[in-house]
Amino acid sequence: MAIAYDTGAMPASMGSLFSQYDLDGVFDEMFEGVGRPRPHYHALLEELASVTPEELQRRQLDADRAFLTQGITFTVYGDEQGTERIFPFDLLPRILTAGEWTTLERGLAQRLTAINLFLKDIYNEGRILAEGVVPRELVFSCRHYRREMRGVKVHRDAYVSVAGTDLVRLEDGRFVVLEDNLRVPSGVSYMLANREVTKRVFPGLFSRYNVRPIAHYGQGLLATLRAIAPPTCPDPTIVVLTPGVGNSAYFEHAFLAREMGLPLVEGRDLLVHDTIVYMRTTSGLRRVDVIYRRVDDDFLDPLAFRADSHLGVAGLLNAFRSGHVAIANAIGTGVADDKAIYAYVPAMIRFYLSEEPVLENVQTYLLSNPADRSHVLEHLDTMVVKAVGESGGYGMLVGPHSTRAEREDFRSRIVADPRNFIAQPTLALSRAACFLQEGIEARHVDLRPYVLYGERAMVVPGGLTRVALRKGSLVVNSSQGGGSKDTWVLLD
Amino acid sequence: MLLSRVADAIYWLSRYLERAVHTARVVDVAVDHGLGRPSATDESAIEIYRRLMLPPDTGPAVSLADGALFDTANRNSVAACVIAARENARQVRDEISSEMWEQINALYLEIGNMRDDVLSSGRTNYVTRSITEGVHLFEGITNATMGHGEGWQYQQAGRFLERAVGTATLLDAFFTKEAGPAAIRPLDQADWVSLLRSCCALESYCRRYTADVRPERVTEFLLLNAEFPRSIRFSATRLEGAVAALARYGGRSDGTRAERLSGRLRASLDYAQVDEVLSEGPHAYLSGVGRQCMQIHTALYQTYISYPIESALSA
Repeated sequence: MAIAYDTGAMPASMGSLFSQYDLDGVFDEMFEGVGRPRPHYHALLEELASVTPEELQRRQLDADRAFLTQGITFTVYGDEQGTERIFPFDLLPRILTAGEWTTLERGLAQRLTAINLFLKDIYNEGRILAEGVVPRELVFSCRHYRREMRGVKVHRDAYVSVAGTDLVRLEDGRFVVLEDNLRVPSGVSYMLANREVTKRVFPGLFSRYNVRPIAHYGQGLLATLRAIAPPTCPDPTIVVLTPGVGNSAYFEHAFLAREMGLPLVEGRDLLVHDTIVYMRTTSGLRRVDVIYRRVDDDFLDPLAFRADSHLGVAGLLNAFRSGHVAIANAIGTGVADDKAIYAYVPAMIRFYLSEEPVLENVQTYLLSNPADRSHVLEHLDTMVVKAVGESGGYGMLVGPHSTRAEREDFRSRIVADPRNFIAQPTLALSRAACFLQEGIEARHVDLRPYVLYGERAMVVPGGLTRVALRKGSLVVNSSQGGGSKDTWVLLD
Repeated sequence: MLLSRVADAIYWLSRYLERAVHTARVVDVAVDHGLGRPSATDESAIEIYRRLMLPPDTGPAVSLADGALFDTANRNSVAACVIAARENARQVRDEISSEMWEQINALYLEIGNMRDDVLSSGRTNYVTRSITEGVHLFEGITNATMGHGEGWQYQQAGRFLERAVGTATLLDAFFTKEAGPAAIRPLDQADWVSLLRSCCALESYCRRYTADVRPERVTEFLLLNAEFPRSIRFSATRLEGAVAALARYGGRSDGTRAERLSGRLRASLDYAQVDEVLSEGPHAYLSGVGRQCMQIHTALYQTYISYPIESALSA
């Protein structure tokens, strides 16, 4: 184990604070090498040297209390007691330079532009399928493909208006895309709340850094939703549709509605009459033009999709197809974040934009392909296997951390339904400095920036950095023991 | 413009908090009443238990308090009311201010911590005080941080409707079902004092009538006083104002049923005489107040919240 900090150059308290800091192997966000912090972390380290560990501990308690009293909590499914928990927050910001951000911004905008073209294509003429760039059977066998969307006109071709793309940083410092979240990505409220709390915890530090603001996310989202409104609505009525208080991201739905000044509605507040959507208000029924929905396709309309859904609105699909209401994200976008289709996103970028992808994918094995399958089944103990339609860290096998029984279980599931799985090599995610009980230690992190697409793609300069708080763990999901920290993008 | 579901949640949020305070007040009266006696088995104590939906043989003050304060199976208990109020607040996080949410959340977290303390020390008074204070604080925060628009008028309607019903129910426990002299239960003066104190009304009463506490004066004060904020008349006046405001916000200019009902209740209290109420039967009068409040509630719901869709589409 290498000690990161040169104890001679800083007060003794700093040395002991970093005594457990591990620099082996992977890319470290804060240090280039032993005793050599990256230049953009100098001011943060000086700030840390000026406060005692007890003071840091106190600020951590203040931060946790701020989250609890504001009710910034999430719900863990399958946990009987204590259904609300705070998402563990780490004090130390993760800092990205202006140069790093420029590449990410270009790459994310390019990717989402290509994905929207892909969705338009497969639900209309299907050029990319006809030319054999993406295998036809892969698209039509996808659980999230919605044939009801064939030939439907989507205003501005903004199928995906809000994306939360997961990136990870490899040993050489390059960011690669781990997955595209194109259905109802969540977590943006934590990005905003983390910034507010970090401002309170390190008030002086912001004057030493030129951090790009993110607080305008709400306005950006509102502008996006206005842009996709049916062209006949100059002043659209926009609502946020939530499954309700039982949903794990309910806090975020309410938060975004408040930030944008929009009504937060549930399915039972809406009704469709003659393909027009209305909401039930104290002054009678009022027409709705745009729905920012945080309800999955499956539950959106009991007449079209799952009949047992109480969360949706009967007749909503037909209202959408008639062009009387815009829905963000559109129905059927899940086909593009299927983990097997994901493997073809670089090909889509080349096909539609005639550009080389700025951001690369993680090498991905499609288990429906016999050669890939036999290779993966032989190397299950070194690979990460994921179910193609799942998210949130559910339905996943991390080979090096798995038991023999778990591997055997996945082996039989893969053989039974190979189309349902992909595999990727186990990645050495980069590590960032985190303040833990025992001091400052390095933990694996990813990055989820949020991309909006109305008139054009726009990336908010920041994102949610998720942390695998358990030592050595690579799983950053909030449902699986992950936490998060503020993410700073510097102006220069 | 307000979603009907949101109006419903804001209305019940404030009704439930008002009910939590009301239950705390009843516990105060009951505990005070039982303290000086070997066993609380007389008729008025039984009546108080009945109002709290507890079995009369609940016994010592602490277990009475446990049932009325913390038993969530009893839906009028303080804990059940605070949980229900918070659930309603959670549904309308985007409509109420963050300060309101933080206060109701703090109250909820506090109640969870109080139970063990009370059961070991027996200091129910400490809990009822904290609840009353916490809800008063919430009321102040609401008035200071929430726009006094349509949503605020729904919480006013909920609060004052529940308060009118609550004060009427509490006062009614001090009367028999008879009319005339037999109407007033044979109680100590101390019981009437504890009634006033539990309504935070003792000081106001003394300023109005001096410390000479008499049943008919207490009745007049809690029923007909125009200025004391927990009196039934004061509540009815505020309720009428809120109902009129809701009609304006809802775009109803033709005089709603709720406006007529709440106006009639307020007017009948404006012109009532306490001697007539006592001679004609206070129980009948007070239960009439409760019945009229329920009619106002139903009328509000039929107009603004659970109206039939067919009528709204043709309009």
